[in-house]
Amino acid sequence: MTKYFMNVWSAFPDWSQVLLLNLGMIILILVPLMLSVAYLTYAERKIIGYMQVRIGPNRVGPKGWLQPIADAVKLLLKEIIVPTKASRFLFVFAPILAFVPALAAWAVIPFTDTLWLSNIDAGLLFVLALTSMGVYGVIIAGWASNSKYAFLGSLRSAAQIVAYEIAMGFALVGVLMAAGSLNLREIVLAQSGGVHQWYIWPLFPLFLVYLISGVAETNRAPFDVAEGESEIVAGFHVEYSGMTFAIFFLAEYANMILISALCAIMFLGGWLSPLDGILPAKLLAWPVLGTLLGNGMHWLLLKISFILFCFLWFRATFPRYRYDQIMRLGWKVFIPVTLVWIGVMGAVMFLTPWGFIFH
Amino acid sequence: MVKALKRYLNTFLLYELVKGLMVTGRHLFARKITIQYPEERTPMSPRFRGLHALRRYPNGEERCIACKLCEAVCPAGAITIESAQRADGTRRTTRYDIDLFKCIYCGFCEESCPVDSIVETRIFEFHFENRGEHIITKEQLLAVGDKYEKQLAADRAADAKYR
Repeated sequence: MTKYFMNVWSAFPDWSQVLLLNLGMIILILVPLMLSVAYLTYAERKIIGYMQVRIGPNRVGPKGWLQPIADAVKLLLKEIIVPTKASRFLFVFAPILAFVPALAAWAVIPFTDTLWLSNIDAGLLFVLALTSMGVYGVIIAGWASNSKYAFLGSLRSAAQIVAYEIAMGFALVGVLMAAGSLNLREIVLAQSGGVHQWYIWPLFPLFLVYLISGVAETNRAPFDVAEGESEIVAGFHVEYSGMTFAIFFLAEYANMILISALCAIMFLGGWLSPLDGILPAKLLAWPVLGTLLGNGMHWLLLKISFILFCFLWFRATFPRYRYDQIMRLGWKVFIPVTLVWIGVMGAVMFLTPWGFIFH
Repeated sequence: MVKALKRYLNTFLLYELVKGLMVTGRHLFARKITIQYPEERTPMSPRFRGLHALRRYPNGEERCIACKLCEAVCPAGAITIESAQRADGTRRTTRYDIDLFKCIYCGFCEESCPVDSIVETRIFEFHFENRGEHIITKEQLLAVGDKYEKQLAADRAADAKYR
């Protein structure tokens, strides 16, 4: 039987074998990603509910577990209304443009030491380039809707994303300097050797800047003026309904997961166990406990989940920023802070003997 | 100097924000106060003001004497009364309509009634399926009163000493 399959497999030409393998990998990444996006919405409603001393959704299925499925089915069945005088093509194209970069960036995320879709040397640049693509979806959505609310929302959102993109990029420059590589796998490997080696400690200000910019970048509370339901209805996606709206929704949550994954990789040591290099090798050879405590994808997932939890926690805690305050924080606080930190880091690394703290 | 330094540190370590996060973090584990409505209910006062009812005396005679005080006091103008003399010489209503869309459930009709005829019951889950059903007639009001008389009498008795 296996031999038969091997024969069929080898009958494919080389290029199609590569294509099929890559397609398989993409599906293996995307399906769990979409599922986690769906259940992230459930987790959000549950966690915020709990923090507000409520219970949250608990009617659809046991404990409300089928709620995201019900939501998805509802959105799929709803009509997509295109406003009159809207640019039809751009109107439908915008959500796709917002969604695709959030998925494409997963191509370079290393899940373990040996598991990734592609291991390119400029991984960090690739991710930065793709995450800044998302803003086009927002601008085009606002423009194509032919509505003043959508247009104002998209302007706000675009200005905000551009502002925080810079601080975020600078924060990652610090990581790049410390790791000496743009390759995400090597950035993680540079943090090996236990929890104290993670970049969160030497680069703590950059970590904070990155995390907060990440929240602002994904237009999440407390930086969600672009949505501002009390002021401009729902921002750039007021005119969207049905599946086109659902895709914006998915894009927002997929972006959250992506930012969390990047944060875990850059600052929290990716798939590395916090006890890596501290535990004796004998303990790691134990059957179950050894695998759990050793390096592996479960640590990456755990770190991503923790940062996602923080995202939801922030939303449950902080009141919304005023728009000028958001801009002030982005341009007048984060960019100077990161610039000074990078300057100090560079000086310490190359002019003083204490450079080792950043390595 | 020390004060300024402290302020500076607090700002950059996001002290206030962490304090806020701690509050919500504590509430994550707090006991939830949600009441699962159709299965669980909150306790209800005997003074609860829900759907209206017209009561009768124990001998079966309707209490309402068509004095129209409730119609006069109603701030929403929800009550419409027409009256006539009955064969035995007493004055009775021939029509007693309450428009439940106009009604604001303030309870003034109940307060003003000299014979405790119009009352508000504990029923708050009712609905209409057709146009016009929101105006309930004398017969419907009396039927509600007959159905819940025991509860209504008990509620009035429980509240009597505070009046």
